[in-house]
Amino acid sequence: MFDIDLWREIFQSINKNRTRSLLSGFTVAFAILLFTILFGVANGLGNTFSEAFVDDANNAIFIRSGRTTKAHKGLQAGRRIQFKNGDYDYIKEEFGDKVQYITSRVYKGVNASFRNEENSYTVRACHPDHQYLENTLMTDGRFINQSDLDNKTKVIVIGRLVEEDLFLKTTALGKYVNLSGIQYKVVGVFRDKGGDNEERLIYMPISTAQQVYGNNDYVDQINLTYNPNMDYDQALAFGRTITKKMKNRFSVASNDQRAIRLFNMAEQSKGVNQMTSGLGILILVIGFGTLIAGIVGISNIMIFIVKERTKEIGIRKALGASPKSIISIILIESVLITIIAGFMGLVIGTGVLELVGPSLEEYFIKDPSVSGTLVLGATITLIIAGAIAGYLPAKKASRIKPIVALRND
Amino acid sequence: MLKIEKLHKSYPIGDSSLHVLKGIDLSVEEGEMVAIMGSSGSGKSTLLNIIGMLDEADEGDYVLDGVKIENLTEKKAAVYRNKFLGFIFQSFNLINYKNALENVALPLYYQGMNRKQRQEEGMFHLGKVGLADWAKHLPNELSGGQKQRVAIARALAAKPKLLLADEPTGALDTTTSYEIMEFIQQLNDEGKTILMVTHEEDIANMCKRIVRLKDGVIMEDTFVNQVRASQYV
Repeated sequence: MFDIDLWREIFQSINKNRTRSLLSGFTVAFAILLFTILFGVANGLGNTFSEAFVDDANNAIFIRSGRTTKAHKGLQAGRRIQFKNGDYDYIKEEFGDKVQYITSRVYKGVNASFRNEENSYTVRACHPDHQYLENTLMTDGRFINQSDLDNKTKVIVIGRLVEEDLFLKTTALGKYVNLSGIQYKVVGVFRDKGGDNEERLIYMPISTAQQVYGNNDYVDQINLTYNPNMDYDQALAFGRTITKKMKNRFSVASNDQRAIRLFNMAEQSKGVNQMTSGLGILILVIGFGTLIAGIVGISNIMIFIVKERTKEIGIRKALGASPKSIISIILIESVLITIIAGFMGLVIGTGVLELVGPSLEEYFIKDPSVSGTLVLGATITLIIAGAIAGYLPAKKASRIKPIVALRND
Repeated sequence: MLKIEKLHKSYPIGDSSLHVLKGIDLSVEEGEMVAIMGSSGSGKSTLLNIIGMLDEADEGDYVLDGVKIENLTEKKAAVYRNKFLGFIFQSFNLINYKNALENVALPLYYQGMNRKQRQEEGMFHLGKVGLADWAKHLPNELSGGQKQRVAIARALAAKPKLLLADEPTGALDTTTSYEIMEFIQQLNDEGKTILMVTHEEDIANMCKRIVRLKDGVIMEDTFVNQVRASQYV
């Protein structure tokens, strides 16, 4: 029920006791302001950090082969292990949904030419999943797809720098490039955050490459990403399982380190993860710290306000105020101040971040910002905390015997 | 109007307790003007507080205007105070950020009266105490006598059955005290029942009846010839 007289009472009380209102509002606004800025800066640090590790999928596993170094099961050391399409199918079938994306790779050096421009590049022949493994960003056209693979079509996807080298200022999409004597149609152009080398690559369907270069089913490398729901330990265990099964498949001694080489990004990302989680804990501590400081501040103010208003409460009770009306007048006033002040702190805080954010990039703080919901949540927490902190003294105040309150000159 | 029988009250002090009121019997008729006198510690304020429902008795009966006052919850006490009683305090107890009119209208707010009516009633009662021109002034812009008159207007606004005054002239100089007493006597002449605590003989003699308390019992209860305050003003 909207009681206009109650609100009139509250606004009069806020308006006529400006110092008190401003002081309590200031505490809340300051807490939210600090919360916003600290959180924003911490987020900025986090952004800088994660940006440094975004090139490849960070749940990737690379499997390569080499020569055996130990004799095993009657086979000599020095035997060359060669992956084939069957190994790709084996991993895919054996591990099912533990594998998120998987691709084989075949490398070939080629001479590429278009009209008068010529240069040498590396061709990476692969499966369509490769796009997600390398975070390949298509700027033009499409990546290699399943039908390319099935039909062994002569299509390629070229890096941004390949396009720049061969096509100068014109676009490559739809044109034919000569790779060591064979014409391939360009169906896509990509960018890659991994650096210039990544953008000097040419992608081709693996089936095409296998047919054109040697007519075999050899594979140089198998890359996959594990199911991202796996945690760190599960990922490491998964890597070890793959290694073991592949070693069995090729009859390699289990202590042979060269024949089957598996590189698990999870091992690499451990350090990064530790750093990020450390940062996360720091952010949490900062957030909670500021919030708790704000809550303590509000509680103190509420106790102070009730103390200051003891006499007024006594007068109101002597004049017939019910305990409920005493509680509501104190509580609504404090909640109202908290809301207004909290909102002001939020606006000022995000404003400050917006203003100084860009100039902080040189201090490894990139794009320092906080999500609106987070700050809103913090404000609501403060309001609820303030209400609870205020309710107890208000309740106590409503129980004050008016005679005690009035004697308290 | 008011009937008290065998009223007892004690306050705990550490392990022991202090027996403040030891069986008070008192009855006050409508239209009376009673002074309760006694030295400090005699229990006179405690008695007034119990009558004013600001405090509760341990034992005994209290009937006010035909209503038995017992088992007071905070909520019930608030309703009774608002309906039956008007308070006048030694230190006025006005709310300092509200102007005279708002102070007078406050009990009407707790009666649930609408704003327009409150303003009208408030102005009427301020006019009665001669402060209509001061309606928009804050308490700290008023003299002590004016403050007490605003407080009286506030006590009257709720149309109480009984007016309770705790040392109403205690914070005022003699001349102003007599002015206030003259005003309270006028209210009594108009038929209001008034009960006041005082320790000043001259003020007590301006009432119609003096009840003297000592150590928690009534020593003396006499009707006196009222001294009119107007003759001193």
